[in-house]
Amino acid sequence: MYPDERVARFIQDNFIPARIHVKDQAEDYRRYAQRYNAQWTPTLLVIDSQGTERHRIEGFLPADDLLAQLTLGLGHSAFVQERWDEAERRFREVVDRFPKTESAPEALYWAGVARYKGKGDVAALAETGREFTRRYQDSSWAKKASVWRS
Amino acid sequence: MAITWRKDIDKALDDARAQKRHVLLDFSAAPM
Repeated sequence: MYPDERVARFIQDNFIPARIHVKDQAEDYRRYAQRYNAQWTPTLLVIDSQGTERHRIEGFLPADDLLAQLTLGLGHSAFVQERWDEAERRFREVVDRFPKTESAPEALYWAGVARYKGKGDVAALAETGREFTRRYQDSSWAKKASVWRS
Repeated sequence: MAITWRKDIDKALDDARAQKRHVLLDFSAAPM
C-alpha cells in the first residue's frame, strides 16, 4: 500500500497517519465508519486537528492523483479555517505540481477564491476566469469561473 | 520510506488536537 516514495513522504510529513482495517479491526471499523460515514474501502479522510473531516478520497488513485487530492484536502482545510494564504499556496501547489490531474482545475478555481477572500482582490477572480480560457476549458470548474470574466 | 500508521485512532485524534496537525484516516481492506 502506497509504495510510491513521494506519497509515503508526503503523508508522513503532513499528517498523523492512522489506519483501520476492515477485518483485522472490525470493531473499530464499525465505530469509525459510522462516525465518519465511510462505506467503502479504501476511503481516506483528511481530518483536521479538531476531529472534523475536511476532505474525502474514495477508491484507489495513482500516485500523482493521490498527492494532488491530499494537497487539495489540506487546501480546503485551510480555506474553511480562513487561513487564506495557506489555502492559496496549497491550491496552487496542486496546479503547479500536478497540472494533468483532475484535481488541478478544482484547485485553480479555489486558488482564485482564496486570493480574493484573503486579499480582497476582485482582479484575482477575473484573472482566474481568464486562466480557464487557456487551460482546463472542458472542466466544470471552467464553467463555474466563466462568470468572473465579465 | 515506510509510513508509520497508528492503529489507536482515539490517540491519533488526541495527538492531532495537541499538535495542531491533521490526521489522515485510512479505512483499508488491503493485506496488512
